Amino acid sequence: MLGRGALGPAWGLLLALSVLPRARGVEEEPGGAHGETQGFQVVTFEWHHVQDPYIIALWILVASLAKIGFHLSHKVTSVVPESALLIVLGLVLGGIVWAADHIASFTLTPTLFFFYLLPPIVLDAGYFMPNRLFFGNLGTILLYAVIGTVWNAATTGLSLYGVFLSGLMGDLDIGLLDFLLFGSLIAAVDPVAVLAVFEEVHVNEVLFIIVFGESLLNDAVTVVLYNVFESFVTLGGDKVTGVDCVKGIVSFFVVSLGGTLVGVVFAFLLSLVTRFTKHVRIIEPGFVFVLSYLSYLTSEMLSLSAILAITFCGICCQKYVKANISEQSATTVRYTMKMLASGAETIIFMFLGISAVDPLIWKWNTAFILLTLVFISVYRAIGVVLQTWILNRYRMVQLEIIDQVVMSYGGLRGAVAYALVVLLDENKVKEKNLFVSTTLIVIFFTVIFQGLTIKPLVQWLKVKRSEQREPKLNEKLHGRAFDHILSAIEDISGQIGHNYLRDKWSNFDRKFLSKILMRRSAQKSRDRILNVFHELNLKDAISYVAEGERRGSLAFIRSPSTDNMVNVDFSTPRPSTVEASVSYLLRENVSTVRLDMQSLEQRRQSVRDTEDMVTHHTLQQYLYKPRQQYKHLYSRHELTADEDEKQDKEIFHRTMRKRLESFKSAKLGVNPHKKAAKLYKRERAQKRRNSSIPNGKLPMVSPLQDFTIKEKDLELSDPEEPPNYDAEEMSGGIEFLANITQDTATDSPSGIDNPVFCPDEDPSILSRVPPWLSPGETVVPSQRARVQIPHSPGNFHRLAPFRVSGKSVDSFLLADGSEEQSHAALPESTHM
Amino acid sequence: MGASHSASEEVRELVGKTGFSSDQIEQLHRRFKQLSGDQPTIRKENFNNVPDLELNPIRSKIIRAFFDNRNLRKGPSGLADEINFEDFLTIMSYFRPIDIAMDEEQVQLCRKEKLRFLFHMYDSDSDGRITLEEYRNVVEELLSGNPHIEKESARSIADGAMMEAASVCVGQMEPDQVYEGITFDDFLKIWQGIDIETKMHVRFLNMETIALCH
Repeated sequence: MLGRGALGPAWGLLLALSVLPRARGVEEEPGGAHGETQGFQVVTFEWHHVQDPYIIALWILVASLAKIGFHLSHKVTSVVPESALLIVLGLVLGGIVWAADHIASFTLTPTLFFFYLLPPIVLDAGYFMPNRLFFGNLGTILLYAVIGTVWNAATTGLSLYGVFLSGLMGDLDIGLLDFLLFGSLIAAVDPVAVLAVFEEVHVNEVLFIIVFGESLLNDAVTVVLYNVFESFVTLGGDKVTGVDCVKGIVSFFVVSLGGTLVGVVFAFLLSLVTRFTKHVRIIEPGFVFVLSYLSYLTSEMLSLSAILAITFCGICCQKYVKANISEQSATTVRYTMKMLASGAETIIFMFLGISAVDPLIWKWNTAFILLTLVFISVYRAIGVVLQTWILNRYRMVQLEIIDQVVMSYGGLRGAVAYALVVLLDENKVKEKNLFVSTTLIVIFFTVIFQGLTIKPLVQWLKVKRSEQREPKLNEKLHGRAFDHILSAIEDISGQIGHNYLRDKWSNFDRKFLSKILMRRSAQKSRDRILNVFHELNLKDAISYVAEGERRGSLAFIRSPSTDNMVNVDFSTPRPSTVEASVSYLLRENVSTVRLDMQSLEQRRQSVRDTEDMVTHHTLQQYLYKPRQQYKHLYSRHELTADEDEKQDKEIFHRTMRKRLESFKSAKLGVNPHKKAAKLYKRERAQKRRNSSIPNGKLPMVSPLQDFTIKEKDLELSDPEEPPNYDAEEMSGGIEFLANITQDTATDSPSGIDNPVFCPDEDPSILSRVPPWLSPGETVVPSQRARVQIPHSPGNFHRLAPFRVSGKSVDSFLLADGSEEQSHAALPESTHM
Repeated sequence: MGASHSASEEVRELVGKTGFSSDQIEQLHRRFKQLSGDQPTIRKENFNNVPDLELNPIRSKIIRAFFDNRNLRKGPSGLADEINFEDFLTIMSYFRPIDIAMDEEQVQLCRKEKLRFLFHMYDSDSDGRITLEEYRNVVEELLSGNPHIEKESARSIADGAMMEAASVCVGQMEPDQVYEGITFDDFLKIWQGIDIETKMHVRFLNMETIALCH
């Protein structure tokens, strides 16, 4: 097995881990003894000083390395779920540690689990919850989570008690309440285990959301049942009164609704906070984690359902937070969250395995353990079938037999049950060890056996799989149309259904919530359709550049004969013909589609000059439009900085435009229009990308000034250096992007006081010879290209240094170094 | 028709035609009367009485769809001035959930019908083609709910969608070929593989009509 090789280091580490604590004893003594006599020591070995964090770090490392190991062999991971592998690994590691130490020094403690390992996983689940799907199936999820869990707990506990009365289990010091307590903690489907297994199975999204949503929301039920029965056990069976039972039911509502409320309140706070983090972009992601963690702790403090709190915090805040924070922060949040969740999951499963290697906790009772396994599976299946039967009378999309099988089979138990059972007080629950052993067996059985077999089962039953499809603009548009139609139909037919409620909610959200919780600029771009549009454009731009890189140059011009082409006649009879015909975003897919308005125009129009004018006009209009929006949007917030930023933007545009023109003139020759169209499309996408760079302002000033000076030096030396297009073009697409980004970055700080700022209306544009026509230049732009240059190249030499800097290591490094500051001056996302 | 609803024959006939249960028909009829103000027919103005509809960005298009002869299966184009209860039911029946008992072919047919309804809403001039102009129009209306989106961006989205449609439906095009608009076949092609079963269904529950008017 391939995986084993990679595990080598892990073994080594583990051995070190088990030996270290013993070494400590040996080391400490001489260290302590000599320390006093020898005075100052150059080097001391202070294991005990770092012991705890060191061991934690080592464990994390071991777990992570193990994960690498598993994934070296694709065969293994495609068959065995990672969670199962981790448990097995944990068992082996636990065995080694125990063999070396003879005490189980590392176990999964409830504190560790509930305070540090569980929250990231649940937060991740909530924050990335597909909200629409979740709320669309909320009724179903709630029924399974509440009724289903109560049913499981009651039937399992009572059945076990029944069997116990029959004497099959032998002699156990155990009462009805203990059985119910055990039933309540073993009943709940575990979110961590379900997520780990179902993520690899890829069943259809409805099925997934039902099982997963159930596992998240049943926490409240579990917590309440567990607390109720625990207090009953403490009280003693005979002292439990009817009032206590009523209190239990009341506490269920308090715990679940209270937990949810705490989550919603914190989500509100979090959204509100991120609205104002514009100037502290760097710590922006931190708020997301800290505030949601606080929601977890707060509800834990109030003994409400912490899982519900953090889940709903994630669910409710996601929309606003994602809109408020910058794209970079969003990426940071996404990756950090995934990393924490995945790391926590890894550690949980590994420690479940390790915790099992402790002879002290094991108490075997074949009948009890086997019957528990049988009961939880059987009752789960019965519960699912019964509830689905009820639900299907109300559901629009029926849950079929196959779905029910998967749902029953997917009822995995996990670390929550284990942590709860470990929390039991041995003095009150006499058979705690039996419960612990049984819980471990149940977890191992469900995670390993069911986890292993669920994939073949899903394949065998031909369960509808989820399909990964690219977002399609048409699909989104039609979907939106359907939403409105449906809510209208419900309005007209006078019903209150999902669509009605959703419609009302989105109106409320747009009118009030978004206004409070979203930055003004974000209110606009948050629209889903726009997002898809934006994504598609970005993707096109990237693939365009990647294609260029693949061919070794950005300068590829695809001839119509070899490329796929699609033409759409955009020239509809509109009053503003010019605008209407070219003011679309050019979208093209390098491999399949080619939509080139300019070439179409070209074909349609015989008079070339007119066409030139159109392009010229469009280009100009297009490039300057964002600035107007920008002004409009930001004048309210940033009155003082406005002028500067405007100029930055201006210069950025200039740079872009010139770059564009130079590309055109240098490379295309054949068809300037096509090129221009492509370039400006790409440019727009690029701009959009750039514009989302956070403008967190760093207090570092000196490097910035340093850089500005250097840049000016370059500027001065520029005229002597003939711009070298070829070099840059050869460097390929990605670098082009990078360069532009650099340009933007470098432009910004110095652009503020840039003396070579030329107004657009410079009348001499057309007559002036662009600098790229200087002697030594190899490529001469066509007359048309020159005519098309919309603006004076008077400040063109500002661009040149950067172009040259594409080759120059110094300035590149500089640019890199000052990247963060330069971002400070970049505008935020302003337009879509 | 609408007036003589009490005749159970009538109802049974409607059940056969539209597939609604008699309970549902009863309930929808109550609603119909409420909307029409006890008249046998509904005119466009009657829909103004539905307050919740006001916020719907494509409200005019939806109301128009109720009077569209194509949707009423009365002709290839044109608009009816008023619709009676049976017409009302015909429109409503587009949104009936798919029956579990249906076989594959019927499901496909049902799906096609539903998509045709949407197509007709887009194709406002009934020429069997969603032209760019029509598409832009719809998208502008769709996005009009968000005051922060300018017409400009709505239009470029429509253009982008149109190009996407062109690439899906035609694929490779000759240089001088021009994509004129989305035909219904193209429309079906765009929807290929997309589950609409949850998207275009309304549960007509057997519950009391909620009086939202007046």
